[in-house]
Amino acid sequence: MATPTLEKQPAADTGHLVTVTFRIRRFDPERSADAYWQDFELRIDPKERVLDGLHQIKWEHDGSLTFRRSCAHGICGSDAMRINGKNRLACKVLIKDIADVKDGVGTKPVVIEAMKGMTVLKDLIVDMDPFFQAYRDMMPFLITSGNEPTRERRQSPRDRERFDDTTKCILCAACTSSCPVFWNDGQYFGPAAIVNAHRFIFDSRDEGGEQRLEILNDRDGVWRCRTIFNCTDACPRGIQVTKAIQEVKQALITRRF
Amino acid sequence: MTTAMQIHKYDTVIVGAGGAGMRAAIEATKRSRTAVLTKLYPTRSHTGAAQGGMAAALANVEDDNWEWHTFDTVKGGDYLVDQDAAEILAKEAIDSVLDLEKMGLPFNRTPEGRIDQRRFGGHSRNHGEAPVRRSCYAADRTGHMILQTLYQNCVKEGVEFFNEFYVLDLLLNDVAGVRSTAGVVAYELATGELHVFQAKAVVFASGGNGKFYRVTSNAHTLTGDGQAAAFRRGLPLEDMEFFQFHPTGIWKMGILLTEGARGEGGILRNKDGERFMEKYAPVMKDLASRDVVSRSIYTEIREGRGCGPEGDHVYLDLTHLPPEQLDAKLPDITEFARTYLGIEPYTDPIPIQPTAHYAMGGIPTNVRGEVLANNTDVVPGLYAAGEVACVSVHGANRLGTNSLLDINVFGRRAGVAAAEYAATAGFVDLPEAPAQFVADEVERMRDATGNERVTEIRKALQDTMDKNAMVFRTEQTLKEALEEITALRSRYRNVSVQDKGRRYNTDLLEALELGNLLELAEVLVFSALARKESRGGHYREDYPNRDDVNFMRHTMAYRETDTEGNESIRLDYKPVVQTRYQPTERKY
Repeated sequence: MATPTLEKQPAADTGHLVTVTFRIRRFDPERSADAYWQDFELRIDPKERVLDGLHQIKWEHDGSLTFRRSCAHGICGSDAMRINGKNRLACKVLIKDIADVKDGVGTKPVVIEAMKGMTVLKDLIVDMDPFFQAYRDMMPFLITSGNEPTRERRQSPRDRERFDDTTKCILCAACTSSCPVFWNDGQYFGPAAIVNAHRFIFDSRDEGGEQRLEILNDRDGVWRCRTIFNCTDACPRGIQVTKAIQEVKQALITRRF
Repeated sequence: MTTAMQIHKYDTVIVGAGGAGMRAAIEATKRSRTAVLTKLYPTRSHTGAAQGGMAAALANVEDDNWEWHTFDTVKGGDYLVDQDAAEILAKEAIDSVLDLEKMGLPFNRTPEGRIDQRRFGGHSRNHGEAPVRRSCYAADRTGHMILQTLYQNCVKEGVEFFNEFYVLDLLLNDVAGVRSTAGVVAYELATGELHVFQAKAVVFASGGNGKFYRVTSNAHTLTGDGQAAAFRRGLPLEDMEFFQFHPTGIWKMGILLTEGARGEGGILRNKDGERFMEKYAPVMKDLASRDVVSRSIYTEIREGRGCGPEGDHVYLDLTHLPPEQLDAKLPDITEFARTYLGIEPYTDPIPIQPTAHYAMGGIPTNVRGEVLANNTDVVPGLYAAGEVACVSVHGANRLGTNSLLDINVFGRRAGVAAAEYAATAGFVDLPEAPAQFVADEVERMRDATGNERVTEIRKALQDTMDKNAMVFRTEQTLKEALEEITALRSRYRNVSVQDKGRRYNTDLLEALELGNLLELAEVLVFSALARKESRGGHYREDYPNRDDVNFMRHTMAYRETDTEGNESIRLDYKPVVQTRYQPTERKY
C-alpha cells in the first residue's frame, strides 16, 4: 500500500474556484522596446498565493512570463513585486485578500508590475545589482578589534534584543523600491541598506558604528528619509523600517548607540 | 543560431551559494582565486528557510559532550552513518558554532550572555537517556541568520560571485589515465550565453533535489542540478533512496514548521486529541527522530485517526504554550500558520502532514570533501559539500539541526581542501569543444517543437513520487514509480518550451531542471527497489525490518550507457565505516 493520504486525489470538484483577472505589465526588449499590459483570466482557489496564479499563467498559458521566485513562503525574498500598487512578495499574498471576490468572480483585476525605481530587465525581473551595491556600501559585517575570544563573545539577551528587528531583513528590496525619495533620486542608499547598517550599529559586539554613521551622514544618506512610512508598510517581514532609520538619525545626532 | 561562449579561468570554482557554498567560499577566497557560480542571488538560497537550529555540544545550558552527539547522529542515521565522519561532525560542531558567532551571527542568548540552546528531535543525554538541549538557535530563523552571516562575511572577504549563472555540466579530462577536474559549464540567465569556467578545483555545493515530490518543504529551485551533472558524467550517487520526510509540514502545502516547535513543548495530536507519539516513542515522544515521527503520523492516518473531513492530517498543538513564548521563540512559523491557513496558533492547533524535506544521499565524498569516483578513488580536483553531498554523516536519516551543522563543517573543509589542492595542482586541459554538450542541449530545447509540456510531466512525476516512493514503499509501488518515470523520461524528449528568447529564459531553465529531477527520481526509485529492508527514512512494508547482514552498506548508483546509447543504472555497494558503535535496535 502506498503512502495513504496521497491515494485520495483531490476531488474534481472545482466549485471552490474563483475567476480572477491578472493584469500584468509585460516587457521583453528582445521582442519589443515597449512595455505593455496583458490580461490573463484564471480559475483559481482563492486560498492560493498570487505566486500560484503567476505559475498557473506560466505553466499553462504563457511560458514566456518571467519572474523570480524560489522558496514560495516569504523567506528567500525573490518574488517582491508591485501588486495593486503596493510592494509585496507574491508568495505572501493570497488571492482572496487581494482580488475582492464577489459571487466567485474578482470585481477588479489584480494589477502586477515590476518594482518601481529599478531597471526592468524582463517582465517582473528588475536589476538587483545597484540594490546590493548600496547594501555592500554599509559594510554589512561585524567589525571588531583585538584578539578573538576563545569561546563566544558574551551578549546579554537585552543587548541581543536591541537589534533583533533589523536582523529579519531578507533583502527583497520591497522597502527600498517603495520609497518616493529613492524613485526620485537613485543615489539614495534606500531603506534596506540603512536597515542593515542599523543591524550592526546597534549590535553590542560591533565596533564599526562610527564608520557606518559617517557613510550614512553623507548627502545620499539617512537625511534623505522623509519619514513617509512606505517602507514600513511594504516590509514583508514586519520590520519597523522607518523606526530603524529614525534610530540611526538619532545616533548621528547624539553619537550614542 | 549558435550560442555565444566565454571562457574564464579560476583556481577554485564553487557551484552554489547557500550555506555550504558560502562557507567554502570564505575559506577558498582567502587561499586561492575563487569564483562562486550561483543559480540564485546568494541570499535566496534555501539554507535561509532552515528554522530550528544548529547542533553543537557546547554544554552552555546543561551537561553535554561531542561523544553523545556522535552517538545520537549514528543512531539517528540507523547505523548507516560513517562513524569517522560523524565524529568529525560532532567534534567540529563546537568550533563551527563559535566561528559563526565570531562572524556576527546573532544567536539567542542565555541570561549569562552565552549562546542559548534548546531541545531537538533525536538529540539526547548520555546515549538516549532523555532529550538534551543541544541546538544553538536564533529564534526560528537560524538558517536565515546563517545565510545572512555567511553572505556578510563573503562581502567582507570580497568573494567574487557570478549571480544567476546556472551550472549545467562538469568538465572532466584524462590526466595519466585518471579522470580529473577541468572545470564547469554555466548558462548565464540574463543573456543566455554559455560560460566555460576552467578551474583547478571545483566544489559542488548546489543543494538538494526535493522538488520531485509535490508535498515538500523544498524551494522550487531545488532540482538536484549538481547531483545530475555529476551522475551524467559517470560519477556515482550514494544512498539516494534515503530521503527524509519532515513530520510537520503545513497540510497540503508542505511548508516547514520547525521541529523546534516540539522542542519548545509542542505536541502532535490525532483527531481524538490523543498525544499519539507516547505510543510509538515512550521516552523521546514527539522528539523521536523524524523518520519515526513521520511513520507514526501516517500510521495514525491509515488507522482512521487522522483529522479533518478526509482524515488526512494530524495536528501540531501549541495552544498550551504561552503566547509570549511563541512570539519570542517561534515567531515565523506562527506567522506562516496565520498567513497560509488563517489559523491563530495561540488558540487553534495547526494541521500538518509529513513533507519531503532532505536528501540524505548525494555525491559521495570522503571527510575532506573530495568526491569519490568509486568506492576508493577520488576525482582529483573535485569536491562537494552540503545537501548535494553524501559524506555520509546522516546515514539513513538525518537528525534535525545536523544539516546546518553539516554545511558549516564540511563546507569549510571542502573550501580549505579545494583551495589547498589548487595551490599546488596545475590546470587540467579543457576537453575538446568543452561547451558543446550544453550548447546542443540548450539549443535543442529552445528549438524543440514537440508537444509535451514541462508542467504536465513534472506534475506526473510528483504524483507518482508522492504516491509510490514516499514514507511507505513496497516492491509494487516502487515498480509502478519506475515504470512511470521511464515513460516520463521518454516523453521528456519531446518537451518544447514556449519562450524562445535568450534573455532570462526561465521557461527553458525549468525544462532543464525537470530533466535533472527525472534523472534523480529514477536513481532514487531504482536504489530503493534494490534495498530490501527498512532503515531510517527508507521504509519497505514488504521488508519491515532492518537487515544488517545484507544491507549494512551504502548504495552506489552509476549511469551506464551502452554502445547503442541506451541508458541504464548500475548499482554497487560500499562498506559503512564503523568505529565505536555496534548496531543495535533503534528505540526512542
